[in-house]
Amino acid sequence: MAKSDTKTTPASKRPEDPGRRDFIVISTYAMAALGGAAVAWPLIDQMNPAADTLALANIEVDVSKIAEGQSITVKWRGKPVFIRHRTEDEIARATATDLSDLRDPESDQTRAEKPDYLVLVGVCTHLGCVPLGQKTGEVRGDYDGWFCPCHGSHYDTSGRIRKGPAPTNLEVPPYEFLSDSVIRIG
Amino acid sequence: MSAEKFQNPVVRWIDHRLPVFSMLDHEKYDYPVPKNLNYMWNFGVLAGLSLAIMIITGIVLAMSYTAHVDYAFDAVERIMRDVNHGWMIRYIHMNAASFFFIVVYIHIFRGLYYGSYKAPRELLWILGVVIFLLMMATAFMGYVLPWGQMSFWGATVITNLFSAIPVVGDSIVTLLWGGFSVDNPTLNRFFSLHYLMPFVIAGVVVLHIMALHRFGSNNPIGIDASGPQDTISFHPYYTVKDMVGIAVFLLLLAMAVFFFPNAMGHPDNYIPANPLQTPAHIVPEWYFLPFYAILRAVPDKLGGVLLMFGAIAVLFVLPWLDRSPVRSARFRPVFRIFFWLLLIDAVILGYLGGKPAEGIYVVLSRIATAWYFLHFLVILPLLSVFETTKPLPKSISEPVLGASREAA
Repeated sequence: MAKSDTKTTPASKRPEDPGRRDFIVISTYAMAALGGAAVAWPLIDQMNPAADTLALANIEVDVSKIAEGQSITVKWRGKPVFIRHRTEDEIARATATDLSDLRDPESDQTRAEKPDYLVLVGVCTHLGCVPLGQKTGEVRGDYDGWFCPCHGSHYDTSGRIRKGPAPTNLEVPPYEFLSDSVIRIG
Repeated sequence: MSAEKFQNPVVRWIDHRLPVFSMLDHEKYDYPVPKNLNYMWNFGVLAGLSLAIMIITGIVLAMSYTAHVDYAFDAVERIMRDVNHGWMIRYIHMNAASFFFIVVYIHIFRGLYYGSYKAPRELLWILGVVIFLLMMATAFMGYVLPWGQMSFWGATVITNLFSAIPVVGDSIVTLLWGGFSVDNPTLNRFFSLHYLMPFVIAGVVVLHIMALHRFGSNNPIGIDASGPQDTISFHPYYTVKDMVGIAVFLLLLAMAVFFFPNAMGHPDNYIPANPLQTPAHIVPEWYFLPFYAILRAVPDKLGGVLLMFGAIAVLFVLPWLDRSPVRSARFRPVFRIFFWLLLIDAVILGYLGGKPAEGIYVVLSRIATAWYFLHFLVILPLLSVFETTKPLPKSISEPVLGASREAA
């Protein structure tokens, strides 16, 4: 009988028959691989940012207390963020600039949702120093914005690079106005 | 070492220079294992698996832990609450520690029952006791790291034991503490040593396995294999059998981790350490309880310490205490009774270790401690000489196949 032949003949001697044993062996390896992946994933994922780190991924800032002409610095994701309440004069100079004069052309409108408030990541795009210009009395550079003392990059009143080695404008972080006085960064 | 077995040219190139493939092949197929091993022989592999689980989860936990008295407790809580899957990794680490001891205790009692410590495996046994000691040191220091009430006070009690040593005791304790009490320097060094010890254990495990492979495994009837007819290759028979054991082990571990993660722990360790307030009952983790009972049974401080270490010291010299030429308890009816009495005594000592050192518990601890030492130091040597053992079978195959079929 064919059935007893299959039972008594070892797989190596049975021609063309893939055999139940191969199925079991392959399934075992497949399950072991899946099991291994299931074990490995949490051990790797635990290195991703934890809940408390993610909680600091967004911050809310009340900008109503910033007087005109004044700047504050807040910490966001470990980096300084400059928030400046610009004067009329600063806004005028920013919007009047000819884009062909800029190394990294960007209009002021795209950089400041509400022109009164400028929100920038205060990290020089050259090699990462924190530019001067936040506090009264600090050097603001030739364009009256910010000046990086490390290698002499000058940024204008819209935070755009004008002179010096920095390749791009100061980064505008993702932010939105939750109300007239509160912004959420990140 | 034969590279002829391998066809793959890359494998042959490597194997010719570093014979890892030949070695693995030898262990899988050439290494003869008695064919009558029962499930009691699964526990060595389970112990190795437990060590691997502890090292992997431990290294991952160390990424989020801060070993400072002001931050340690909160760091562990951060792992439990904020770190992705942190709660699971932490619960696996603490429950696998308990499972590691369960598995090792069964492994030890297997050795006691079947005479696996007897010649020529004395050194194998001694290496095992060394591993056990290292495990206890590692577990003790690991338990201090969360800096809960039991962490702190357990550390205080156990480090204070060393002051019982005459003349140099207090200096040793100051050296261990790095100060005038268990404090930040102590926690920091415990973290460093806790990270180190598992790798020392791994090294001794390698020696343990090398010693095992010198003569091969013992077996339930304690008679050496007389030839290839008594043995089978490790792969696939014992690899698959071990996989079954591993599956059951992981199932039980998962049950503990996901449904009863704190059942084997002490709730007081969820209270931050307070050096100014001692908990009502200081108890170590369950796997230390028998030794804790022996420690407290002796009214003298130094005596208690000596007897507690003595309880492990007798294990070191066991091959010379029990000199019966018959290995397995299957053929030693009187020894078998005393084995079960020892097991019950160990469980009773464990129970008493968790009780306050008062009244009837003290009396019972003393009786149980006395019985423990009586077993090893008096009963075993006497049995070696006076026990009438049952007749041994001729070989491993004989009891199953019968004398006539044995030649087949």
